[in-house]
Amino acid sequence: MKRFMYLLPLGIFLVIAGYFAVGLTLNPRDMPSTLIDQKVPAFDLKPIKGSTRGLSSEDLKGQVTLVNIFGSWCVACLTEHPFLMEIQAQGLVPIYGIDWREKNPDDGPKWLARRGDPYTLIGDDPESKAAIALGVTGAPETFFVDKHGVIRYKHVGPITPGIWKRSLWPLVQELRKQ
Amino acid sequence: MRLFFALLMMALSLSPVFAVEPGEVLDDPVLEARAREISKGLRCVVCQNQSIDDSNADLARDMRVLVRERLVAGDSNVEVTNYMVSSYGDFVLLKPPLKKSTYVLWFGPLLIVGLGILTLFIFYRRRRKLVAAPPEGLSDEERQRLDALLKDEE
Repeated sequence: MKRFMYLLPLGIFLVIAGYFAVGLTLNPRDMPSTLIDQKVPAFDLKPIKGSTRGLSSEDLKGQVTLVNIFGSWCVACLTEHPFLMEIQAQGLVPIYGIDWREKNPDDGPKWLARRGDPYTLIGDDPESKAAIALGVTGAPETFFVDKHGVIRYKHVGPITPGIWKRSLWPLVQELRKQ
Repeated sequence: MRLFFALLMMALSLSPVFAVEPGEVLDDPVLEARAREISKGLRCVVCQNQSIDDSNADLARDMRVLVRERLVAGDSNVEVTNYMVSSYGDFVLLKPPLKKSTYVLWFGPLLIVGLGILTLFIFYRRRRKLVAAPPEGLSDEERQRLDALLKDEE
């Protein structure tokens, strides 16, 4: 026992290095959502400018839906946008939008007019009412809601074709079966 | 001119730093004080190491406004905090709550200090024993070896 005591500092170092190796590569923005397997919190958002229907939590029932938080100010939303258009064009799953924190009520509609609108319905959320209720920390975030209006998954960051094919599309199909 | 700017910068740095904007402040000073107190305990989820009371982030502002709206609507401090926890989880609390999953966090350091004290205690007791019982004189065998060695040296 005593003979190996000189290895103790090395052992302690390895343990600490191990913790750092894992801890420093974790993404601090990856936070577990407390809302997984909970009903979508109640919200009722007004329509964006130029539209007649807004979005309420009641709209998210009866079928599997995606709820996407976006904003015209959000750069990552721009990278995600063409792929959302593709999902809509292929009719894979309805996407509902929450237009979050537009400084000017014209900004969101203008952004969509220029690039296309992949959303079935859009709610305007200038004061983060729905965003806070949903525990949103940044845009884009996408919630996967099952037909009972229960949140089953939250994807943080842009949806890329790769992630969609690997995990998100299989998830949608899985939720449809239930 | 330079002096003026230098003084201006000093004056600015002396004024207390609030993120709360004038438009957000409630008319009722009691409610406002409660709002400030709640805000200080809520984490800004964008900047993560600031409270929403300190943070200039847009989302922090909206959270401050929401805290005030709920207070005006008649919520208690705990109800407001619980609302935030229900959407953001315990993460939104700057001070982690005491519960089963956080026992290690709260009591771990105490345990380690305890272990340290125990180790010290054992160490000193062993040493005292050694000091209390000084080694006996050399045995005959050792004396013979010592003599032999000393002779060698001569």
